[in-house]
Amino acid sequence: MARVPIIKVGETLIATVQDELRDSDALTLQTELSAAVERTGARGVLLDLSAVETVDSFLGRLLGEVAASTRLLGAVTVITGIQPAVAITLVELGLELKGVRTALNPEKGMALLRRLQRLQRLQGEENARLLPARAGSRNGRNDGRR
Amino acid sequence: MAATMVGADEHIPIRGEDDIVAARQCARALAKRLGFGLLDQSRIATAVSELTRNVVRYAATGDAYIRPLEGAPRGTGIEIVVADRGPGIADVELAMRDGYSSGTGLGMGLPGTRRLVDEMEIDTAPGRGTTVTIRKWNRKRNR
Repeated sequence: MARVPIIKVGETLIATVQDELRDSDALTLQTELSAAVERTGARGVLLDLSAVETVDSFLGRLLGEVAASTRLLGAVTVITGIQPAVAITLVELGLELKGVRTALNPEKGMALLRRLQRLQRLQGEENARLLPARAGSRNGRNDGRR
Repeated sequence: MAATMVGADEHIPIRGEDDIVAARQCARALAKRLGFGLLDQSRIATAVSELTRNVVRYAATGDAYIRPLEGAPRGTGIEIVVADRGPGIADVELAMRDGYSSGTGLGMGLPGTRRLVDEMEIDTAPGRGTTVTIRKWNRKRNR
């Protein structure tokens, strides 16, 4: 049936939807992706929808929830391969998937994930560098940085 | 003159989520046979998905009828009727408003569906069930 295999490549989980998803398949994919992020500590999820011909409000809303729930687990989700007809239909339906990262195809999606993960690491280093300085400025010293 | 038949009318009983997929695939296949482009195929399949999901969510069971419209004044089209004997809609005007939902949906089911098709009629009353008829015309072929 329409089950979606999830594979891990480096720090990224890749799921490719090959078939029409029933509602229950979509819900299963959501819980399995979250469980896989938790289990593997993946930093990124690439969800490829190239083969999906119909995205209705149920699946559209679920995609947003997948992105939000994996983000809470520390992973960025990028959805790839949305067909042009599906994109236009979604906007007309009133679902713009705001807050969901997308890329034209899996290759561009992987490149986007690499950039986002690099940014995350840089921000982590920056925060680590700034924290002692902030702690210092609380002691009445103004170092010009707010 | 009688309308030319492109394919037999399709009847898909809606009993559960498998039938949502079956109904939208059937509508897409007929739309494709009628010469609708990819975008209209997507709009039609998505509209059918929304309407049949409403049946499963609010009425549990119902029926979808999918038929070609040919020889009509507006050229080639597709008509889908989704009917149930569920609770019905008390205030259709309210249900057609963007953002409104009585159930667990996002409230874009009916108004969203309306934007995907050319014509939509809702026949409903509390306790009498709901029948939604949608039509989409193939403009590309009419010119």
